[in-house]
Amino acid sequence: MSVHADTATPGPPAPTPATPGAPASSRPSARRRRLTPGRFGVHAFLMAVSLGFLAPLLLAAYASLRPYDETAERGYFSLPDRLSFDYYRQAFTDSGMTKYFVNTLLIAVPGVLLALFLASFVAFAVARLRMRGSIVLLMLFTAGNLLPQQVIITPLYVLFNRIPLPYWMSDSMTMYDSYWAVVAVQVGFQMGFCVFVLANFMRTLPIEILEAAIVDGAGVWAQYWRITLPLCRPALAALGTLQFTWMYNDFLWALVFISDGDKLPVTSALNNLRGQFFTDYNLLAAGSIIVALPTIIVFLLLQRHFIAGLTLGSSKG
Amino acid sequence: MAFFTTRRTRRRGPRRFSARDRAVLCVLLGVPLLLDLVIVWGPTVASIVLSFSSWDGISDIEWVGTENYENLFTNYPQFWPAVQHNLLWLGFLGLVATPFGLFLAVLIDRGVRFSRFYQSTIYLPVVLSLAVVGFIAQLVFSRDQGALNAILGDTENPTDWLGDPDLNIWMVLLAAAWRHTGYVMILYLAGLKAVDASLKEAAAIDGASETQTFFRVVFPTMRPVNVIVGVITVIEGLRAFDIVYAVNKGRNGLELLSVLVTDNIIGEASRIGFGSAIAVVLLVVSMGFVVTYLVQEIRGEKTR
Repeated sequence: MSVHADTATPGPPAPTPATPGAPASSRPSARRRRLTPGRFGVHAFLMAVSLGFLAPLLLAAYASLRPYDETAERGYFSLPDRLSFDYYRQAFTDSGMTKYFVNTLLIAVPGVLLALFLASFVAFAVARLRMRGSIVLLMLFTAGNLLPQQVIITPLYVLFNRIPLPYWMSDSMTMYDSYWAVVAVQVGFQMGFCVFVLANFMRTLPIEILEAAIVDGAGVWAQYWRITLPLCRPALAALGTLQFTWMYNDFLWALVFISDGDKLPVTSALNNLRGQFFTDYNLLAAGSIIVALPTIIVFLLLQRHFIAGLTLGSSKG
Repeated sequence: MAFFTTRRTRRRGPRRFSARDRAVLCVLLGVPLLLDLVIVWGPTVASIVLSFSSWDGISDIEWVGTENYENLFTNYPQFWPAVQHNLLWLGFLGLVATPFGLFLAVLIDRGVRFSRFYQSTIYLPVVLSLAVVGFIAQLVFSRDQGALNAILGDTENPTDWLGDPDLNIWMVLLAAAWRHTGYVMILYLAGLKAVDASLKEAAAIDGASETQTFFRVVFPTMRPVNVIVGVITVIEGLRAFDIVYAVNKGRNGLELLSVLVTDNIIGEASRIGFGSAIAVVLLVVSMGFVVTYLVQEIRGEKTR
């Protein structure tokens, strides 16, 4: 992020803090960046909106650093007497955050990899092999992703309760209350979005490369794995980041399909920080920040990929 | 296997897959397809079937015809408020949050300085879990210690923003819009970048003002993005669940259809048939929009 402290500084056009990798033509010319009243108004507005969007997060961070007694007396919007990281330590030790983070990874990592692998082949078949029924296939997956989750919850709940699994796979002996259920649902549900995005991306790749490979006698697998997939690396990276955030943030599936509190992912476990009779909101704030931090860091580091992932399917429709 | 025979194409003429190719296709299309059918479409059909039954999940299924629907529409006090809240949610996102996101995208796309900073901060809420968003809403709107009341400074008679059943839905909507706006903004930023600059120049030469150019030239050419944003807005409005669940489990003025489904199914009553009937209502409404979207997509597919 190129954050400059004072937006209202006029003066000579600074070296462009342009988006790295953006085409040079999209850079505003030096002439356009002179500060006119209208331009100042736009900046003032955008700055106000940005700060407004940031404020709730800052408030949560601020609350998490202050003891409960102080905010209970004076409210969250007041000056502090002392600030400490005690609540972070407490949130980590009291609720066993590490365990829940591991649970989340156990769901999200296989989930993302499986969804990407399965969806990329479907997308390849839909976009690149001229098969009958490929539109139907594409529609089936895309529409599936758009259904409200609540529509499929009940039958899945019943189904998972009736699928027996051996003890080494699930200590509940059924698919219910095991990671298998959550991973299966995540993959099944998110595949639709991945197929949609990847099929759109693959259509933009030059078909000539594939045709050359076919002339050389490449089979379907080689066309997919050796020719198409390497070209999709940017799309896969973007989609992987995006899917990881979604699976990490999800809260409903685990709530429904897991009953053992020790198996909950970290977002659902946030509720453990609520006491039965009394809730220390400052502790909860610290917990929220801890939970939000991984996705925020991932976002800030992989920002360009991330944004590309959201837009891959849309700009090339 | 008629499915795997290739269509006659102009470029290459008829081509058949080898036995190995067919095996690869069968497995790698079969597995995702099976998963999609078992996880998504099978349960959807099952929900529809179960909505005509009375079942607690353990004893035998008893078929009751349309009784669940009759009860739902006439005899279930939470239903109509929930429908209203869902519609309100849809309207607020569609008429306030989505246009605001588009407006921000247009401003940022004009190439102002610090656009990366604006873009990042406005997008940031999108990466947060809705559970966290719901919780942050409590920090801001809480009656005794919340930041909003502190700023308003009314200590005599503080407003209970989240506890008042007439007010709390609006506060939750603000929290939802906080997240939705950034998402819409990013989608439109990409859409605006893809618009051919020569179109705008041509419109300017023809004497169109900036506003006219935007509404008559730029906006219509972004149709694919408009469709996606529309679908996302509708789906978000119908799926809404996490925020209200994190705030107060969807009670006391925050009833939503999704919450009613979850309550009936997972709750102690375990009224699966009845819960399914609510889910089907949700399905019917969303299918209307999904089908519209698919028709658009198929049209695009044909012109491709």
